[in-house]
Amino acid sequence: MRELLAKLTGTYGPSGNEEEISKVIEDEIRDYVDEIKTDVMGNLIAFKKGNGQGKRVMLSAHMDQIGLMVTHIDDNGFLRFSNVGGISVLNTINSKVIFKNGTIGNVSYESEIDNIKDIKLNRMYIDIGAKSSEEASNKVSIGDVAVYYSPLSDSNGRYIGGAMDDRAGCALLIQTIKELEDCKNDVYFVFSVQEEVGLRGAKTSAYSINPDVGIAVDVTSTGDTPKARTMAVKLGAGPAIKVKDGSVICHPKVKGLMIDRAEELGIPYQLEVLEWGGTDAGAIHLTREGVPSGAVSVPCRYIHSANEMVDGADLENGVKLLVAILEQEIEL
Amino acid sequence: MVELLKKLTEASGVSGNEDEVRDIIREEITPLVDKIYIDGIGNLIAYKKGKGEDVKKIMLCAHMDEVGFIITSISDNGMLKFKPVGGIDPRVLISKRVYIGKDKIPGVLGIKAIHLQEPSERKNAVKVEQMYIDIGVSSKEEAEKLVNLGDYAIFASDMVEFGDNKIKAKALDDRVGCLTLIEALKEEYDHDLYACFTVQEEVGLRGAGVAAYHVEPDIAVVVEGTTCSDVSGVDEHMYSTIMGSGPAITIMDGSSISNKALIEKLKATGDAKGIPYQIKKGTTGGNDAGKIHISREGVATCVVSVPCRYIHSPSSVMDMDDLKNTIELVKEFVKGCE
Repeated sequence: MRELLAKLTGTYGPSGNEEEISKVIEDEIRDYVDEIKTDVMGNLIAFKKGNGQGKRVMLSAHMDQIGLMVTHIDDNGFLRFSNVGGISVLNTINSKVIFKNGTIGNVSYESEIDNIKDIKLNRMYIDIGAKSSEEASNKVSIGDVAVYYSPLSDSNGRYIGGAMDDRAGCALLIQTIKELEDCKNDVYFVFSVQEEVGLRGAKTSAYSINPDVGIAVDVTSTGDTPKARTMAVKLGAGPAIKVKDGSVICHPKVKGLMIDRAEELGIPYQLEVLEWGGTDAGAIHLTREGVPSGAVSVPCRYIHSANEMVDGADLENGVKLLVAILEQEIEL
Repeated sequence: MVELLKKLTEASGVSGNEDEVRDIIREEITPLVDKIYIDGIGNLIAYKKGKGEDVKKIMLCAHMDEVGFIITSISDNGMLKFKPVGGIDPRVLISKRVYIGKDKIPGVLGIKAIHLQEPSERKNAVKVEQMYIDIGVSSKEEAEKLVNLGDYAIFASDMVEFGDNKIKAKALDDRVGCLTLIEALKEEYDHDLYACFTVQEEVGLRGAGVAAYHVEPDIAVVVEGTTCSDVSGVDEHMYSTIMGSGPAITIMDGSSISNKALIEKLKATGDAKGIPYQIKKGTTGGNDAGKIHISREGVATCVVSVPCRYIHSPSSVMDMDDLKNTIELVKEFVKGCE
């Protein structure tokens, strides 16, 4: 799992530019699935056939990550940018970022600003070390997107790196595909695009799949750091079964089914009530005539920073839980 | 073309009340298309059959509606209280002239005189709640003879040609798009063309979602009037678009990320045909593409815009060449689609 996570988090793929990460995932899973395709939006959809007696289940983990889109190159070669998804000022100051072609830069702000509260993204810039507009333009163009540059590190069984949101979820799906053998249900594994800008890929893929059940696999916040905002999710206490977030109230039967499987197999789990944010389940459950939906979340600290932290055991247990959910009959 | 733009921009078409604009467009395009109809929400959809084989469905989209006002109550002294429809900066409103309802009853947006305002009121920007529309009557009864609650009001603003090839008008957003679609329908294409003139964009892209669900296009091109902030007091990196630099191609905004292959196709078309274009730098805001690209299983969608200064005001300004080049780019793009 560690190697897979390192590979996934190290691959470039901001919202709208998911080609490379899609290719990496496709290479990982091609031999383990019955069908695989990429749709108009860029969603990678893999199908694993069941024994014909089960349900159509859609699992979705988003491939995209947040990023910084270049909007202007000034005379001295500094790049102005706009956010792709939830880029915050505080998390970005003096972060290293990398473009698709490998160009690396540091993010800073107009130093005449005295009060940190006055720093807005439009008063920040990326410095790629270019000495002139021409030199910068040889490396990047307007519309190019950079992502946090943060190779995976290990620390006490935990992993720190960029884009855990949601490559951790992608890793869970990939590992589940590999471990899933005797399956009753027809399962569609969606590696969705553009979640960070509005759950867009999940919406169109859910429409085309028309599933009986939807399950999003994403990261969630924790409340276990010093003076954290109250939240009953801890790193290392097992995958979180979502109750609700800003985008969805999980279907009670889907949530109940997840809890039952975890209890039966003695898989540690926790219940997640996220007071803000959203995930692909928010789009899936409103598709067509409505789809009973839930979510399995990987607890993650420092979400949307260059250094997101997840726990290795949570990942292993997350895979166990997903395999258990999919292998058995799903009654709604 | 300038005459038609005048007719379109001066027509009344606040979101939810697009009839007058729709009638003008329908009259213009009926001879040009194979089928024309109005859907349940009010979108005007025109179908022009392609001449080729293995044709694709191309949807061109422009919204008919504009920002404006709706009358919400009539005071005892005959003054009208109102709410904005769509995004309007309240600071542009004071002393502007408006037309209310079908009969275009003239009115003036007023507020109590500056010497009657508290010092604290003078320091803050005026709120819509403090303003009223004065239609020159002195009682509620008189006002009720002329205006009904729920009537819409538009800015009273004639289109004017001025300066170096510039146009001043209200509602350039998005009558420039409507005009582009009308002009595009005058050509013949290999592919099936669906020109969708949508309603209620300014209040949440509502018509476009319905139209795209119905048309099920392979490709969609949204034609818009977009913000242009190339003015004094703005740092260059904050210019959204630059007037006179050609149609603006959107890479990303708040509602969609354009399909990359279509962006490349637009650029290649511009390069091949010698049509100038620019990449839009601003990434905020949204338009009909936001609903179209996530319709059903997803639609490859792009956005081409005419830069408009002072958008959503009674005096939006654009460059006539930008509009002409937008029309050319859209036409050539559709012709070159494979």
